[in-house]
Amino acid sequence: MTYDADTLAQLRKDADEILGRYPVQRSALLPLLHLVQSVDGYVSPDGIAFCADAVDLTSAEVSAVATFYTQYKRRPNGEYQVGVCTTALCATMGGDEIWRQLSDKCGVGHDETTADGKISLERIECNAACDYAPVMMVNWEFFDNMTPDRALRVVDDILEGRDVKPTRGPNKVSTFKETERVLAGFEDGKVDEDQGVGEPTLVGLKVAREQGWKESK
Amino acid sequence: MTDLTPVLSATWDAEQSWKLSTYEEHGGYRALKKALGMDKADIIQAVKDSGLRGRGGAGFPTGMKWGFLPPDDGGPRYLVVNADESEPGTCKDIPTMLSAPQVLVEGVAITSYAIGCNHAFIYVRGEVTHVYRRLMQAVREAYDAGHLGKNIHGSGFDLDVTVHAGAGAYICGEETALLDSLEGRRGQPRLKPPFPAVAGLYARPTVVNNVESISSVPAIIDRGVEWFTSMGTERSKGMGLFSLSGHVERPGQYEAPLGITLRELLEMAGGMRGGKKLKFWTPGGSSTPIFTDEHLDTPLDYESVGAAGSMLGTRALQIFDETTCVVRVVTRWTEFYKHESCGKCTPCREGTFWLTQILKRVEGGQGVDADIQQLLDTCESILGRAFCALGDGATSCISSSIQYFREEFEQHITDGACPFDHSASALFEVTESTKATEEAHA
Repeated sequence: MTYDADTLAQLRKDADEILGRYPVQRSALLPLLHLVQSVDGYVSPDGIAFCADAVDLTSAEVSAVATFYTQYKRRPNGEYQVGVCTTALCATMGGDEIWRQLSDKCGVGHDETTADGKISLERIECNAACDYAPVMMVNWEFFDNMTPDRALRVVDDILEGRDVKPTRGPNKVSTFKETERVLAGFEDGKVDEDQGVGEPTLVGLKVAREQGWKESK
Repeated sequence: MTDLTPVLSATWDAEQSWKLSTYEEHGGYRALKKALGMDKADIIQAVKDSGLRGRGGAGFPTGMKWGFLPPDDGGPRYLVVNADESEPGTCKDIPTMLSAPQVLVEGVAITSYAIGCNHAFIYVRGEVTHVYRRLMQAVREAYDAGHLGKNIHGSGFDLDVTVHAGAGAYICGEETALLDSLEGRRGQPRLKPPFPAVAGLYARPTVVNNVESISSVPAIIDRGVEWFTSMGTERSKGMGLFSLSGHVERPGQYEAPLGITLRELLEMAGGMRGGKKLKFWTPGGSSTPIFTDEHLDTPLDYESVGAAGSMLGTRALQIFDETTCVVRVVTRWTEFYKHESCGKCTPCREGTFWLTQILKRVEGGQGVDADIQQLLDTCESILGRAFCALGDGATSCISSSIQYFREEFEQHITDGACPFDHSASALFEVTESTKATEEAHA
């Protein structure tokens, strides 16, 4: 491992906290891989060695796990992971067209990163927001009801260094590394930030209130 | 007309609905205190009597699942919540956890107490950062208030809850793959038996339940079995979230008694987009055979949907109008299954690959007459022969779409092209210039 002493000390401290959450140490592997991405921006050879050491596996065993899951990246990831849902429903509602325009704009294809390292583009599978289709995710925050223009504006903002705000999520999207630290199970103080509940989430409740319907008669 | 019945969604419009204080103002944790004063067997019996069936797709009776745990042998037993919501079309657990994570945490506490579990896990898919934040806070707040931790409310019952983020794999929604993933392995399904109830997490007795199933438990304990069974049909009791998506005027979450129909739901949702005609829909996600406008009045309960040739699944109603090419949609779903097949078993790994090849050929106008029969034969080779339900699910949309729209598949082959203008299905205007570029790309 080539981590400097401070980085390694912090990693070890965080790893201990993660290991403490589970009765069996190997369960810590997925969050540890997220942790490694929060430092290196991908699952690096150093990160694999670190995880192997932490949960007492071989580096081959850790690699075998890391390569199974799409969120673990094998090459340095962009600062912002931009995913356009192109599973059937979002694709039909316009996701294909959004993807085409974003890919043209960024000049990269699926699972590729812009030369400046700002954006990694991905065709993502269903992200459980179908009532907000077409959906885009930036560092796994929701950008709902996208159009090509809205999506292009988000990408422009990222490329020009401006903050971007999701439709459901915190006030600004964190970087890929910061996001990975949250996914490793470390709170970042943004939990109460909110953009208001989206219309599709509340639509049934609204109908019920208007009609005076209650859940029991 | 069936009334909507907001129970889980009732507090979603409250100020900071995700906070413990908001939840408690609306009666939160009353059920836990009541449960802690009850006999464990009585809690399990109440859930059995309520008729609550798994809300994650399979519809297995929740109380019966709990009852399968072997007698206490003094060793640990686990509750694992399946929050890996990834079935295409399914979008009910994410808003639940975003807007009301405490109801899930309370459900976890009650269930854990009932089954004798002292360490529960919530396995949430990794691609939803803000949901994970809300869950972590919900658990932290519940600890601080004494709803979790040591000697909960003086009952002598201890419970730790770990919120665990996955890393992007649909297969981890399959309960045994989820357990392997939670153990730090590749998420591949296990051979059953032994079932998780006997040898689950760390080979110990384990209950795996969906978010919505566990979130329904506090209300059943608080308001009683009779209240719950007053909703729904004879054998499909209670309420559930119906998630409408696609070509409808007002897509979203509609919490209703099981047995409501799409016709009723569509009326509440303002009808089809721009008054267009309904073409096809899924009653419970992409793994459930598609329905058409013939099924507008099919009661959406487990039995009626099953009798009509599909499955209630996750009540993920993906609705497509007449502008939609069914071959295009089915091809894309099949690409999803190919991408998500874990590779463990041959029928699914190879089958989804070849289905994708054939479908792309048909969709692109290069299909041959034998392709339709080849698709059906390949589906037959997968169905019932795959290691888990992913392979079976992959065949549903293909077989059912050929059943209802065979002539559309044939038309792609005879015309040598897709007869549909894809831009008509989009929710925004696709300009002529972009269409021209699209053709150049194709």
